[in-house]
Amino acid sequence: MKKTLLSLSNLTKQFDGKTVLDSLNLDIYDGEFITLLGPSGCGKTTLLRLMAGFEHPDAGTITLSGEDLTGTSPEHRPLNTVFQHYALFPHMSVFDNVAYGLKMEKRPKEEIRERVEEALAMVQLQDYTRRKPHQLSGGQQQRVAIARAVVKRPRLLLLDEPLSALDYKLRRTMQVELKRLQRELGITFVFVTHDQEEALSMSDRVVVLKDGLVQQLGTPREVYERPANLFTARFVGETNFFPGEVESIHDGSITVDVFGLKRTLRRPDFPVRQGQPLHVLLRPEDIRVLDPADEQGVAGKIVERNYKGSTLDSVIHLEDGTEVLASEFFDEDDPAFDYRLGEPVKVSWVDGWEWLLPEEADEPVHEDALTDA
Amino acid sequence: MPSITRQPFRTAVLVLVWGWLLFLVLAPNLLVVGASVMTRDPGTFISLPLNLDAYRQLFDALYLEVFLHSLYMAAMTTLVCLLIGYPFAWALSKLGKQRQLLLIFFLIVPFWTNSLVRTYALKMLLATNGLINSSLMGLGWIDEPIQMLYTEGAVIIGLVYLLLPFMILPLYSVFDDLRQELLLASHDLGAGRFATFIHVIVPLTLPGVLAGVMLVLLPAMGLFFVPDILGGSRNLLVGNVIKNQFLDARNWPFGAAASIVLTVTMAILMLAHRLSKQRIGEEGAG
Repeated sequence: MKKTLLSLSNLTKQFDGKTVLDSLNLDIYDGEFITLLGPSGCGKTTLLRLMAGFEHPDAGTITLSGEDLTGTSPEHRPLNTVFQHYALFPHMSVFDNVAYGLKMEKRPKEEIRERVEEALAMVQLQDYTRRKPHQLSGGQQQRVAIARAVVKRPRLLLLDEPLSALDYKLRRTMQVELKRLQRELGITFVFVTHDQEEALSMSDRVVVLKDGLVQQLGTPREVYERPANLFTARFVGETNFFPGEVESIHDGSITVDVFGLKRTLRRPDFPVRQGQPLHVLLRPEDIRVLDPADEQGVAGKIVERNYKGSTLDSVIHLEDGTEVLASEFFDEDDPAFDYRLGEPVKVSWVDGWEWLLPEEADEPVHEDALTDA
Repeated sequence: MPSITRQPFRTAVLVLVWGWLLFLVLAPNLLVVGASVMTRDPGTFISLPLNLDAYRQLFDALYLEVFLHSLYMAAMTTLVCLLIGYPFAWALSKLGKQRQLLLIFFLIVPFWTNSLVRTYALKMLLATNGLINSSLMGLGWIDEPIQMLYTEGAVIIGLVYLLLPFMILPLYSVFDDLRQELLLASHDLGAGRFATFIHVIVPLTLPGVLAGVMLVLLPAMGLFFVPDILGGSRNLLVGNVIKNQFLDARNWPFGAAASIVLTVTMAILMLAHRLSKQRIGEEGAG
């Protein structure tokens, strides 16, 4: 059984009359790596700032192992933050930056030296103690920021988009390193990002946020394969949405009409009725591109092909104008596998790989919610 | 390196700037240095031979006292400006952008009036039968006027009044640049408000403090018309000494030497300012 470390209940926060968090509930387990994922303005940073104590909620409570933290000031909370732009003290050396928190605790000098060196060794910066932050690269500054935050052995580490200022390759390295640190230290990590790939690859659980509301809470696999709603489906990964209509309902399955194809699919969790329109969601890697002579599938033609190294990604225009993204792995048997533009094909998918969602009242989800993802 | 002829605008600007600096900054200063090592001459003001008499004269007990008193008044002025300017600039940086601009505008408005005129205005306030005394007496709070004019305090008030904006503006600039994230980080790491002030805010605003001190301390020693109007004969500034040597006593070498002492003090302060900025990695270093 997982133990709850930090419990947020009914957290509400407004800025200038605009609701940023709307009575949000969330339990964070001891030792987990949990990610708050969402587009900018979804409330994820506000949520983090409430946990850190930089902001105070208009309503609701924050408890840490049963102890109420809601009114506690940041300096008295047993948790630390890694800031988006590192926030290293520019006038202090690397050593003094990392030692700052321990000095504030009035620890003995010898203990401070030992713990700072230990923390810097953990991020492979033991040889940089005398440098000033501006003499370090972005990645090194990031490591100092992490060392500074973990040296106090917090119960919980809050990370506010800590990798967003790094270039792609460095980001990948730091992702692995953060995961390693989290395993070694056994500290609970609350990680904020708008990068869904980062969220999926690092987290034990992902919280998808939009407009101050939790859209979905689950493992990366659940969020990716079984999105709770259209927003999550669109925000996390690429998705093809095929319009479907329920033809008939059986015991464990339903027959759905998709582009005139009658497919018998697993019956979804939500109630269905005959004639109901619904969305059939397919990830690009679920799509099968077939020969135009194939009996099943929907006809279309290739309008774009992108060589991605391990996959060949293509865009197919169906006859009704729907765009379909397909991502196919290269096969050892057919290394020359490729499409030409305009090539006629048929599109299908493997039964059971689809995911069904009901139509939503407020759709379509506006594209602008996704642009900064 | 692109040829000069192909960039006429660039060349023109450079010539203008360098010409300006050579003729209006370097040359006059060299003339002052030259004058300071020459001999006083009643007819031509200065003449050969070269000597360091003027500098020796600076250590004369009488002048040393004037210097020290002048330094004391300038230091008090700087301290008062800092004590008012620091919290003012801090508060200013926390306001909304619109209000910030409005307040900065109010800070600058007095510059549109000649400072001599403003000093006379101050005299009207401080005089024995001036506005302050007559108001206080009218209210019945005092029975006889307080002697404010022609005191050390009046000189310091006058200097603070004229120089305060020069303290506030550089301080405002460092407070405006102070990243809120750093203060949050300090709190996050367990520092309270006071510890954060001492360990983060003060060191990071130090370049602004030094810039403000530079802009106040040196002019405060030079603004000779303030003691002339408000201070009486005993509260002289180095500026009065310099002015008197050139205009009244006609001892140019001594006046020049006194002026060079101020310039050197300024240079030392600028060096300190530069070092403080390097400490927080704003320029140079690497």
